[in-house]
Amino acid sequence: MAKVLVVTSGKGGVGKTTSTAALGAALAQMGEKVVVIDFDVGLRNLDLVMGAERRVVFDLINVVQGVAKLSQALIRDKRLENLWLLPASQTRDKDALTDEGVGKIIADLRNNFDWILCDSPAGIERGATLAMRYADEAVIVTNPEVSSVRDSDRIIGMLDSKTVKAERGERVEKHVLITRYDAARAARGEMLSIEDILEILATPLLGIIPESQDVLKASNVGSPVTLNNAASAPARAYMDAVRRLMGETVNMVVPAERKGLMNRLLRRRAA
Amino acid sequence: MMNLLRLMSGRNATAPVARERLQILLAHERGLRGQPELLGLLRAEILAVVSRHVVLDPEKVVVRMERGKHVSTLEVDIEVPNGVEKSIAVAAR
Repeated sequence: MAKVLVVTSGKGGVGKTTSTAALGAALAQMGEKVVVIDFDVGLRNLDLVMGAERRVVFDLINVVQGVAKLSQALIRDKRLENLWLLPASQTRDKDALTDEGVGKIIADLRNNFDWILCDSPAGIERGATLAMRYADEAVIVTNPEVSSVRDSDRIIGMLDSKTVKAERGERVEKHVLITRYDAARAARGEMLSIEDILEILATPLLGIIPESQDVLKASNVGSPVTLNNAASAPARAYMDAVRRLMGETVNMVVPAERKGLMNRLLRRRAA
Repeated sequence: MMNLLRLMSGRNATAPVARERLQILLAHERGLRGQPELLGLLRAEILAVVSRHVVLDPEKVVVRMERGKHVSTLEVDIEVPNGVEKSIAVAAR
C-alpha cells in the first residue's frame, strides 16, 4: 500500500529539499516506486536539486486546475526509472493550491506508487499545511540549533492536529531527521547533542546526516547525494534512514567521512 | 543557572544553555498552543477593567512577562494620574 510521507521542518534552509531528493532516490535505489512532489509554489527547487529543471513543462497547479493531466506533469528521473518528480509552479499564485485539488492528486498517486514524498515549503502557511495534510508519515528535518528545534516542535504540534489522520483520531507517524550534524562540535558541547534534541522533541530518530561537503557537491550537479556519491558519509546516512523507513532495524551511527591516507597526510600538512 | 551550566561544561560548551532555554520556551509554547496568546489576552482584559474607571494613556502602560521553568511573572505597570480618585468619588456620589 502506498505511503504518503511529508518532509517538513517549519524553519527554512535546514535541508528539506536536499533530504526529499536523497530519501526519494534512496527509496528508488532500493526498488521502490517513488514520486517526489514539490509543494513550494513560487519558489520551486526540488527540480533543480534533482537535475530536472530543464524538463519541467507542467506543474502541480496545472494539474490542480485541470490544465494538464497528472501523467503529463510527472517527470521521470533519467538515472532511476522508478523515480518521478511532480514539480511546483514557479509563477502562479500559491492560493491556486486547494485542499480538494491536492487530495485528489494524492489519491490518484496512491494507486500508482509505493511512496509519495511531499517536500514542504518553510513556514506554517498554506503550502506547508497542504504538504502535510494527507501524510501517513512525517520526516521532521532538524538542525542542531535552537531556532530549528523550536520550529520542529511547532510543526510536530501541527502534524498532531491539522492532518487528515489527526482529524480522524489517528496518528501521523513522525520521525526526526537531524541534518548538518557535527559530532566533534557536539562532543565539545558547542552544539546540541542528539540526546538533547530527541529529549526536547520527544519524537523517534530516523537518522543523523553529518555536515558534509558532499551535499553541496551533489546539489551543484543536480543529483541526489545518494546517487551522486553513494559511498559518501551523508549518502550512507540517508540510505540507513531509508532502511529504517522500510521497517529494517539499522544501528544508529553517525557515518564519518572516509579519508584516504594521502588525504589525511595532506590535510595535516595544510594545517 | 546558565552561567553555572557554562562553568560546569567548560568554557565553550554553549549547548547546555541552548538546551535549557529550549526546554523552558517549549514548555510554555506547548501550553499555549491553540489558545490566544496569554500575555496579549491578559493585557487587553486588565486594561479594559482599568479604563472603566480611569482614562488611560496607552503610553503609560507597561506589561512585562518573565518566563521561568516553574513560574512566570506578569508585571503590569499602570501610571494613574493624581486626582483620579477624587473624580471617581464625585461620580459615585
